[in-house]
Amino acid sequence: MKNTIRQIFHSPKFLAGFSILAAMLLVLFIYPLFVTGNPLQMIGLSSFSKPGTYVSVYDAINTTPDIMKLPHADEKRLAAKLSDDDRIAMKEWLVAAGIPEADIDITDTDALLELWSDNYDPSAKPAGMTMAKRNYYKRLNANLEAALKGTEVVVSEEDPETGELNQIKFVKDTDYVNTKDVVNVINLPLGTDNFGRDVLKELVSATKTSIMIGLIAGTIATLIGLTTGLLAGYLGGWLDDLILFITNLFTVIPGFIMLILISYGIGQDKRGATTVAIVIGLTSWTWTTRSVRSQVISLRNRDHVNLSKLSGHSLARIIATDILPYIASYVVMAFILQISTAILAEAQLSMIGLGPKTSEVPTLGLMMNWAMLYSAHTHGYWWAYFPVLMVIALISFSLNLMNTGLDQVFNPTLRD
Amino acid sequence: MSNSKPLCLSGKGVTKVFGFGSKRTVAVDHVDFEFHEGEFVSIVGESGSGKTTLSKMLLGLINVTDGQIFFQDKPLDISTRKKKKEYWKDIQAIFQDPFSSYNVFSKVDTVLLDCIHMRGGKHLPMEKKIEMMTEACSFVNLKFAELTNKYPFELSGGQMQRLMIARIFLLKPKILLADEPTSMIDACSRATILDMLMNLRNEIGMTIIFITHDIGLAYYISDTVYIMEHGKFVEYGSADEVILNPKAEYTKRLISDVPKIYEEWDLSTV
Repeated sequence: MKNTIRQIFHSPKFLAGFSILAAMLLVLFIYPLFVTGNPLQMIGLSSFSKPGTYVSVYDAINTTPDIMKLPHADEKRLAAKLSDDDRIAMKEWLVAAGIPEADIDITDTDALLELWSDNYDPSAKPAGMTMAKRNYYKRLNANLEAALKGTEVVVSEEDPETGELNQIKFVKDTDYVNTKDVVNVINLPLGTDNFGRDVLKELVSATKTSIMIGLIAGTIATLIGLTTGLLAGYLGGWLDDLILFITNLFTVIPGFIMLILISYGIGQDKRGATTVAIVIGLTSWTWTTRSVRSQVISLRNRDHVNLSKLSGHSLARIIATDILPYIASYVVMAFILQISTAILAEAQLSMIGLGPKTSEVPTLGLMMNWAMLYSAHTHGYWWAYFPVLMVIALISFSLNLMNTGLDQVFNPTLRD
Repeated sequence: MSNSKPLCLSGKGVTKVFGFGSKRTVAVDHVDFEFHEGEFVSIVGESGSGKTTLSKMLLGLINVTDGQIFFQDKPLDISTRKKKKEYWKDIQAIFQDPFSSYNVFSKVDTVLLDCIHMRGGKHLPMEKKIEMMTEACSFVNLKFAELTNKYPFELSGGQMQRLMIARIFLLKPKILLADEPTSMIDACSRATILDMLMNLRNEIGMTIIFITHDIGLAYYISDTVYIMEHGKFVEYGSADEVILNPKAEYTKRLISDVPKIYEEWDLSTV
């Protein structure tokens, strides 16, 4: 036994899977210690804020600035102002003005602006250019010039009685504030979702719930499968026929359809995460039963079982000491697979809106469901669904890797 | 066949059928037998002749399809677990493959401890139990101190089979069913194990039913020989009677198949 465990932890595949899972679990337990608060709290009033650090503009203005002159500050401002469309339009003008196309690099902001200031002439009328287009260039040029002027921005306060604007502050283009001095800063590594919730915090909480669902469902499925398989296989007779009949019945009806029907039958209000886990467990035990049964049938006629019978051991003891240890490796592997299948089943179920009710806990499936309902994928809000996908894939990958590692240890002749 | 000793185990029309329909196979076909107390009986036959099935029926591990087995002249009743447990105090077995006879997950001392418990020694002090186990082990030339805390796979095949005999020594059954106990063991250990079986028989005076495919071995060790072919006993009688003067065609063939040293081996019958 000790030897087998040592062997398992020397299997590179198992070790890789185990480390991934352990690292994930570690993050799940450590992260909430540093970032506290309700994961479903809606912090954003706008939906799908991009990942990044958010600094309060109001507080930044009210913070005493330091004056700095950074070398490329103006160029960066200009670069930020110029959209890709603007750059293409500028190139069109320059080509029309006679600059060879090969000399224009629209990704090099400096060179582009230099060419622009040398060649742009508001009064010129290149052939085939409409009035509207020429006006667009005029506006673009005005924008660029304004950005380079470097005038101060005035911050004023409205007097509530007279309605007069009192200038209270000037913000220069050389003013900088330390983010540490700004009182309200929020770091959103994965942005916010459609409800304005912190995706990372939500993801950590959802992963925890999903793994719990997997564990509950896996335990239930393995326990049912193991018990029925042992009884059917060892006792045989009419009990075997009955259990096999029920198992076949459950096998021929696709599990997912049964899952949908049961979930729908339970109703939206009663469907908590635990209920969904139990339902998944109750519909996914059939394969464990079948394989345990067939293994027990081959075991029950072995000599060591006969010897145990001849030694007067009770049925319970024979099952516990002469049958269970022999199928333990298989059962552990089946359990790991059941966990992974249950997590995926929850995700599928939630995707079609039959998962746990939405107001209590986030699960990986629910996050996918929300992202889909609010069209995150069509608008390119990748942070709302891609990290969730990655976590689901990583859990499944690590569990399957552990399973393959175990398979190699337990059945060394079957694989390389 | 005349034998003055009382009957120990006998059977009338014992039959075992596996499967039904097109897969129906008759493993043991209406066999009658009489095993007397203290007798060394050999059942000889090829692989697939139904020897092991018969032995499992005698042990009560599988049910008889038809016919009746008598134990000490009374119909054998093993309908409940309790009755089976009582019966197993009187009949024990040594199996063919020592490597699969042990539970690989439990230590070898538990095998011997179970025997003491079965003989009602559950409440004996540990020192007494160890003394009994040591005695049983020394009977089969094993050192108990070397076996404690060992798993079966740490022993050799010969050691495992000897430990099986030590088990019988502790259990002291009336009947021992030895199902080819030496076929998986090398020739040197084989003689030792047979020798131990004979000693054990003298020690506790039990009936040994020895199942083998080796007719030469059967002649060497047994009092009575039963020849089995396709689930039927084709010939039986005392060892000298059957082997020196075989009547059935099958027995003759079995005897001619035994390789003889210093003689040309007739392969035409094989």
